[in-house]
Order: sequence, then C-alpha cells, then structure tokens
Amino acid sequence: MENTPVVTAQTVTVEVNGTTFEREVEARRLLIHFLRDDLDLTGSHVGCDTGNCGACSVIVDGTLVKSCMLLAVQADGAKIETVEGLAQDDELSSLQQAFSDHHALQCGYCTPGMLMSATALLRDNPSPSDDEISRAIQGNICRCTGYWNIVKAVKAASGQEVGE
Amino acid sequence: MLLSEVGYARPATLEQALGVLAEYPGARALAGGQTLINVMKARAAAPDVLVDLAGIAELKGIELGPDGTLELGPMTTYSELIGSAEGRARPILGEVCAQIADVQVRNKGTIGGNVCSSDPTNHLPPLFAALGATFTVTGADGERAVPAEEFFLGVYMTAAGPGELLTKISVPAGRSDGFASVPIGVDGTCIVNAAATVNGGVRVALGCVDATPVLVEASSADAEAVRAAVRGARVDPPSDVHASADYRRHLAEVVAVRAVEQAERGN
Repeated sequence: MENTPVVTAQTVTVEVNGTTFEREVEARRLLIHFLRDDLDLTGSHVGCDTGNCGACSVIVDGTLVKSCMLLAVQADGAKIETVEGLAQDDELSSLQQAFSDHHALQCGYCTPGMLMSATALLRDNPSPSDDEISRAIQGNICRCTGYWNIVKAVKAASGQEVGE
Repeated sequence: MLLSEVGYARPATLEQALGVLAEYPGARALAGGQTLINVMKARAAAPDVLVDLAGIAELKGIELGPDGTLELGPMTTYSELIGSAEGRARPILGEVCAQIADVQVRNKGTIGGNVCSSDPTNHLPPLFAALGATFTVTGADGERAVPAEEFFLGVYMTAAGPGELLTKISVPAGRSDGFASVPIGVDGTCIVNAAATVNGGVRVALGCVDATPVLVEASSADAEAVRAAVRGARVDPPSDVHASADYRRHLAEVVAVRAVEQAERGN
C-alpha cells in the first residue's frame, strides 16, 4: 500500500458562499485566518482565539463550527458559509433585518458569529423557544451582554411574536 | 494564532494512519481538534505531524448489536451521538454529550477525542467507566480489548500508546444510568462529576477528583450507602480557584447520590 504523504503545505479548494477558491495553504494555518487573510473575507471575527467566544463561527458542509479550532487543510473540499453570504443582492436576510429591528447588536463584534449560530439553529428548528435559542447561542459570547435582544431578534426572525 | 510548523497527513484507512504514526514518532492523531488545536496554540503540545482521522470510514458510525451492545466509532461527534437513533439504546450517552460545551464544539468534537485526551475534568471517562465499556486499541501488532477502567492511566495518558489508536468503544446493553456534575456555568468544565449504573450492583465513577476516574461500588442505591462508598474511596482531589479539596470531596458525595438517583429512576 502507498504511504500517506505528510505535507507542511498543500493546495486547498473550498467553496465559500458559492464561490470556489483554490490556494496553497500551510498545514498550520487556522481556517479563520485562511478566510480572513487569504480570501479577504473579514466578516468572521477573531475574538478570543481559544475556542470560547464563537465570533469566528462559520458553517462548514452544513455544520456550525468555530473556525479558530479547525485547520484550513481540514476544510479542503468543503462548502463554507460565512456571514458575507447571508445578504442576497444587498438585501439583508430576515435574520439580519431582525437583528437591526430589535437592536440585537451593540458593538457588533460578536454579531457575525451570532448570525451564523442563529442561521444554523433556524434550519434545524424553524420555531425555537427562548430556551432553545439561548442554548443555540451558548457558544457565542456577547461582551456587551446584549443577549436578551439577540434572543428576541432570533425569535422574531422565525416569525414568532416577541414582547417589547 | 499562528501555530508552530506542523506536518499534516490525511490517511484514508486505519492501516495507513498506523503507518504514519509508526513512521513519525512525534506524530499525534487529530480527531475533532477541539482540544488539540487549542493546546497547540498555547504551545502546550507540539506534535511534528498531525494525522487527521476524519477520512477513515472504519472509525465512524454507531451500530446496535442484537444483544443490545452499542459499537461506537471513536470519530463519532457528540452531535452525531445525540442525534443517533441507535445511540438511544443507552440514553445516558446522548444526554451527557448534550452537556458538553456548546453547539459548535459538539458538532466537531468526538467521543474518541474526549476519552483519549484523558483530561480529568472530561465527561466521558467516568461515564464509560461506570457503564463498563470496552475500548478496542489497535496498533501494528493487532488489536486488543481494554476495559474502560484500565484505559485511563493518568492525566493526558491512556492505554492507547505511541503508534496506537483507539478504534472502537463497545457499550453493553442497559438503561439504568445517571450522570450529575457541578460545572463552571451551564455545560461548562466540570468541577466534580459522577456517572452511575444500577444493574444488580450500584457502580459509580467519580470524575475530577483524581487523575483518572475513581470507581466505587455502593452496597445499595440508598443515599447513605452511596455517600459511604464515596467516603471509602478516600479521594484526594486538587484545590484550585473553583473549589478547595474539601469542597470537591463534599461535592463528590452530592453528585454521586444524584447520579444514582437518576439511575434508579431509569431502573
């Protein structure tokens, strides 16, 4: 049997928000830096770089992950969705519009990750309860502590009534 | 964060993975990476080569045998186990996995990674020890079966030695299980945890109080009997900012009783 090659860099091909990119990438490069620095998709943020804050959350092959805990080479061949892909033709997604309507962002740093976590939630569970929303954004830290409006916005985006 | 330079291999078969591990003594298996990537950022681990196990079909999947034994591929993610119809044969498995960290970590983190990292605060080492699981370890010389209580050797050390991989986790049939913990925040790192199985005997595995899970057998499911069994283990847990050793000893009794109560309800 042929030995598996061990490489320190390789060509990585990914489809990000419908566009295919091919780049030579070092094995040690984290996916978040590949997206931000190599592909210039700076919507996904680096908050803590320890896997706690979730600002770097993206959807890889339909699964929500933190892109600071994944190597770019691990994502070779994957379809990736980032916050840049949410708005279509400059039209905010209903989730993004709900974040705006319900003041669900203050400084905005956590927002790209919050939006991706909420997007993943609403695909699995189109009508989540407050508790389900809270659990779904458990891996996303808002240091402005504006969680309540974020939960409201997600609920509103799902078409449910929200109180004032 | 820029990691130290590292080699990367993505074998397609178990045999190829063992080949790379044998060839590079500084190689480490990369499962979900939810621990390993972070310790590499902190320079607490510096593998020469990462052997990505994600492409190996033999390490994935959940099968339920005719006798009720669950065969879990170690590359099964927490989310896959939570969502698995077969996995519900032993409901405590999904229930405990749902208490680990957050959605993103559960989507990527694997049960094999959880046990092979052998962090004393992890959820699954005490759980598998209480359930009487058997771990299959495979190396160049073939495979061997290791009972869960013998798999954990120390902090970050397991019976899967250099050049070996955990290739299967077998969980016997049963339903009367419980798990309780006092974590740092909901679904956070455990300060103390305990898993229990009631099946004729009362078997409790305590986590976070020693380098590896501490197994105790109680004479009955009665709360006093469980507390006495925990006291009898004379654990010597560490003190840290979250809890003193004395408080951890106290919590060990509390969570053991809670875990046994839950197991009794499933009996």
